[in-house]
Amino acid sequence: MKGNEAIAEAALRAGAEGYFCYPITPQSEVAEYLSRRMPELGRVFLQAESEVAVSNMLFGAASTGKRVFTTSSSPGISLMQEAISYMAGALLPVVIVNIMRGGPGLGGILPAQSDYFQATKGGGHGDYRVLVLAPSSIQEAVDLMMLAFHLADKYRNPIMMIGDGMIGQMMEPVEFPDDYKEPPLPPKDWAATGARGREPVIIKSLFLDPLLLEKNALIMHQKYEQMKREEIRFELYKINPKNKILIVAYGTMARICQTAIDELESEGTSVGLFRPITLFPFPEKDINKEAKKKNIRAVLTIEMSLAQMMEDVEKAVLGAKPVKFFGRTGGIVPSPDEVKEEVLKLIKEKTRSTGKTKQN
Amino acid sequence: MPGITIDKNHCKGCELCVCACPQQIISMSKDITVRGYFYAQVHDPSRCLGCRICAITCPDVAIEVHAHGTVFSLFDY
Amino acid sequence: MADTRTSIFSRPEALYDRVTHYCPGCTHGVAHRLVAEVLDELGVREKALGIAPVGCSVFMYNYINCDCLEAAHGRAPAFATGFKRLRPDMIVFTYQGDGDLASIGTNEIIHAANRGEKFTTIFINNAVYGMTGGQMAPTTLPGQVTTTSPMGRDVNDIGYPIRVAEMLASLKTPSYIERVSVHSPRHIIKAKQAIRKAFIYQKENRCFSLVEVLSTCPTNWGKTPSEAIQWLEAQMIPYYPLGCFKEPGKEEES
Repeated sequence: MKGNEAIAEAALRAGAEGYFCYPITPQSEVAEYLSRRMPELGRVFLQAESEVAVSNMLFGAASTGKRVFTTSSSPGISLMQEAISYMAGALLPVVIVNIMRGGPGLGGILPAQSDYFQATKGGGHGDYRVLVLAPSSIQEAVDLMMLAFHLADKYRNPIMMIGDGMIGQMMEPVEFPDDYKEPPLPPKDWAATGARGREPVIIKSLFLDPLLLEKNALIMHQKYEQMKREEIRFELYKINPKNKILIVAYGTMARICQTAIDELESEGTSVGLFRPITLFPFPEKDINKEAKKKNIRAVLTIEMSLAQMMEDVEKAVLGAKPVKFFGRTGGIVPSPDEVKEEVLKLIKEKTRSTGKTKQN
Repeated sequence: MPGITIDKNHCKGCELCVCACPQQIISMSKDITVRGYFYAQVHDPSRCLGCRICAITCPDVAIEVHAHGTVFSLFDY
Repeated sequence: MADTRTSIFSRPEALYDRVTHYCPGCTHGVAHRLVAEVLDELGVREKALGIAPVGCSVFMYNYINCDCLEAAHGRAPAFATGFKRLRPDMIVFTYQGDGDLASIGTNEIIHAANRGEKFTTIFINNAVYGMTGGQMAPTTLPGQVTTTSPMGRDVNDIGYPIRVAEMLASLKTPSYIERVSVHSPRHIIKAKQAIRKAFIYQKENRCFSLVEVLSTCPTNWGKTPSEAIQWLEAQMIPYYPLGCFKEPGKEEES
């Protein structure tokens, strides 16, 4: 299945009842697919007049307590920041998918990973975070998409899944679970369902009393601390004591690195990959553990951006080892050969500087 | 006999009822409420028609209108 | 003797018994009460959803007794669209000021009206940005002095005020659009009839409905409540004529 369509289908299987969208390359196929499927299932599909409208419709729709989501790409996600801030402050569950493209501004339409800051540091105003998931294959995109809805309801927070143009456009075999069961969730008594026999529900983010506003922020903060304890996900690839370098990469970039690692291995150089799957909460402690291993000479962050995730990797490594960066931006996808070249260059540099001879 | 009660607590002294009353039986007090507003009072309750115009005008829903016995509505509301 | 008094006017159930933060003479109080009365009379309070704007009436949810959302500035029609599409059985209304609806929110209201979203908008037009202290709004009259048009609105520089009711009525999609005023008892009674009609259209699932309510802002106009009412009648009504601009089933073929 094509990535965009698989993501759409995954949302449906997870029980999404509302989808609001605006066309933007490279994710318009999601909208086209759902414009047929949602009405077939008696669910809501609406193409809005802008991403500003889409994101605000999501607020209204999420207030019903039903599962709702949208997909967009980098410039559209910028437009949604206001509403994401509002939804975070109002404790609403929502799933947002960013199929990233080159930026900033109108940028380009080819894949990029340059929205890392926007996703993980929160492009909107105020003390809030968004849980960020980064799949590196279509199957993983499907699994994480279904998980996203569960996490959104569990934490009452916006959840963002970021893929890049390749995830959206490529085709791979996918399996949908036949018997999808989720862990139990608390009842949605916060939802606006009509004030029959109860006090009215008010879904808002305004707290003029600073003590109440702080209290709301602390409620949110507890959630983020819980996310850090319970939701960190990552994958290790070919980590072993012969590794000289630890690569940190996510999404499709990680897959390219895996190819490069396999080729380097067959050529006699051992390199390991740490692939974060949750970008917030970021697997700091786990990266720190891997980086501190005696055999690791340096950590190489590889991204399709100008060193955005690298800052979090540096923070995780805490100076234990040098952290270097390699990447291309503007929509250029590095090839495995380029990755290999960078790795070998780094190993040579680190060999010279430490005075150790190269060991296999 | 129709009549009105004006809730001092809600009245903000805007005086719109004073102008609105067709019988001109509402006027402002000389003393102030705890919020510092002069409040509206009926100075001639016997001439109240129960027309509800004062209550319809009041932005603070401070006026209640009541009547004894048969009630004739001068207009639908 | 038994007290045989009948109440012939009292606070609607859908309006909390609270003193509002609105200024003395502010007609938000009247508009809130009319909406509450209509919700009670139509028996829809328990399935109503109100959407408050950014503006003086952001606290509408403290006064009107139904489930409420607090919208981002201008976005209430988008909130309403999202909610109503997923819960078409509920009665959804937005309550917006002129800064909210006619400035930052023009895109959202035009498209919601154009799609014919089946919710009701109560649009409070008082020709200024009230909450932020009386700045010029897209509805400020030519020559009107505000804190950001100290020489009066210069139409050669920034154009004429927007007539929202007429603008929305020009869309082809059927809707109910009426402009009313709440500056005198006679007009308040007519305003209530329009608001009731708007909610009935929603109950019947007919169309989008908007009632533009010309309102006073004594504080920011620098007038007493009585002077403000006279100014509204003398200055606003000539530019913003009252009446019904569009009704479903009564359009002429364009």
